[in-house]
Amino acid sequence: MPMPDWLRSLREKDVPAEDAALWEKCPSCGEMLYRKDLEANLSVCTKCNYHFRMHAYDRINSLVDGDFVVIGDEIAPGDPLEWTDKRPYTQKLESDREKSGLSEAIVTGFATLDGFPVALGVMDFSFRGGTMGTVVGERVTHLLEEARRRKLPCVIFTASGGARMEEGMLALMQMAKTSQAVERFMADGNPYFVVLTDPTTGGVSASFAFQADLIIAEARASIGFAGRRVIEQTLRQKLPENFQTAEFLLEKGHVDMVVTRAEIRSTLVRMLDYAVDRKRIAPTLKAVPEFALQ
Amino acid sequence: MNLIVEREKGPLQELETRIATLRQRGSGSSGDVAVLEEKYRELLSDLFGNLTPWERVHMARHPKRPIAGDYLAGFDQLDELHGDRHFRDDRALVGGFARLRGRRVVYLAQQKGRDTKENIRRNFGMVSPEGYRKAKRLMELASRFGLPIVTLVDTSGADPGIASEEHAQSEAIAACLIALSKATVPVVSAIIGEGGSGGALAIALADRVIMAENAVYSVASPEGCAAILWGDSARAPEAAERLKLTSTDLLGFGIVDRVVKEPLGGAHRDSEGFVGVVLDAIDQELAALADTPAAILRENRYAKFRRIGAWEQTYVAAMATALT
Repeated sequence: MPMPDWLRSLREKDVPAEDAALWEKCPSCGEMLYRKDLEANLSVCTKCNYHFRMHAYDRINSLVDGDFVVIGDEIAPGDPLEWTDKRPYTQKLESDREKSGLSEAIVTGFATLDGFPVALGVMDFSFRGGTMGTVVGERVTHLLEEARRRKLPCVIFTASGGARMEEGMLALMQMAKTSQAVERFMADGNPYFVVLTDPTTGGVSASFAFQADLIIAEARASIGFAGRRVIEQTLRQKLPENFQTAEFLLEKGHVDMVVTRAEIRSTLVRMLDYAVDRKRIAPTLKAVPEFALQ
Repeated sequence: MNLIVEREKGPLQELETRIATLRQRGSGSSGDVAVLEEKYRELLSDLFGNLTPWERVHMARHPKRPIAGDYLAGFDQLDELHGDRHFRDDRALVGGFARLRGRRVVYLAQQKGRDTKENIRRNFGMVSPEGYRKAKRLMELASRFGLPIVTLVDTSGADPGIASEEHAQSEAIAACLIALSKATVPVVSAIIGEGGSGGALAIALADRVIMAENAVYSVASPEGCAAILWGDSARAPEAAERLKLTSTDLLGFGIVDRVVKEPLGGAHRDSEGFVGVVLDAIDQELAALADTPAAILRENRYAKFRRIGAWEQTYVAAMATALT
């Protein structure tokens, strides 16, 4: 698949001239991986199958047929509490924007997956630890409302440290807002799938992540309510290695399936194939004018 | 150590003792009592008239502060219903049928303990997934019977233990949020002490949120927030300041609809009286919502949370869509 324009323009901003930028060390097995090989392998270690955290746009590119129509990008962060800790919140946002190339911790829009039009949201841990503030809450809600209006299935990839502290209670209330949007969306009979990726915790896991029809966990992802450190500090004991892993959750019955990154797209397409009658695709394509043109 | 308890010691306690002694003597000293009482009020005002957010956190955690059980004692009638129908009856969250000021309701309350023994039984008011599943069950029952839901919020947070993770704490809280979104009956919540993050919100996605003046409601505990942001939980007072967790702040944000003023020095200075005022406030809110048709109730509830942190244009667009 050729690199779509929107991704190329994003990538051209990168200038990885130095040698260090060409290689990535696997934190699991220590193997030095050639960055291009790593990217070609969906950011999964070619030696030990370690799943690196994935950039939202790399994830989108690994899923969609062609174009991705971004919506909600104009929903931009403010600083409602005029927050400062070690640095002012506005400065943190600015440096995360530069570092990640993203305007916030989630990218939302429309795409087709093997011909199925879907509303797609992908969170990115590299922006403020994927925390949910007012923008993430607003974008998720907006995505679900727009998907509901168009009668499209919705797929959201989560990666989040929880609610964003720098936005205080306004951030916490996004759990209520997104939950209501999920409820409305699902009450109309629209399919809602969530893919939990590393890590998914706190306010995101306790709201729109665990409310879906289907909950798929990416292999080895860390998923839970309380953070591992919080539990260890509270109980003053070390937790077992596999605690809060995708595989642990599967064993405990919390998720429908655990899927490796390479299998995520084909799995989603198979699930969409159960949830949506292919014969009904044509009219829904018209719901997104950009697709009708293809 | 509780800052408020510490401040209540010393001069204030001495004055209290002296007033009590004079009162016991009976006749002949009423003039002196009046003088001392005036002094007492002044001292109270000096000590507690202008609390910082961090001091309010301590007020919310005061060992004598009225807890859910004190409020439930003020209901006309209670019939507790137990268990999640799967695994366990969580004592940190109680609920059932009740009559409040003559009105039939379903109540849900996070219940801390008064002493160590009861606190252990009630897990210090930290609710486990089983508690949230019981809550969800009762929320659905309320809708089925057409009974309004009254919730009392007082928890430092959802239980963060191993078993809670094994039993899917996230899913249990998320399911409560869906159940309250779906509720076809009025929902009124009162934040009476600590509103600890998602564990509190799970039973507070309500049509009307009432908050006691010195209660706190926060995305994270000040200690936890300080530990994460500065790596130093000793900076909790500063975090409390920044988190905007007081009733005044939250009323301003539209997150809380009504604040119930506390007696000078805190709710525990007149527990019974204060509980009555809060229950009256709940009753008034229930009365105001009683005749609203379910569809409108749900529409308003959606809009209430929809606009918190809404980005103006999408909100306007969403409202325009909802109206067509």
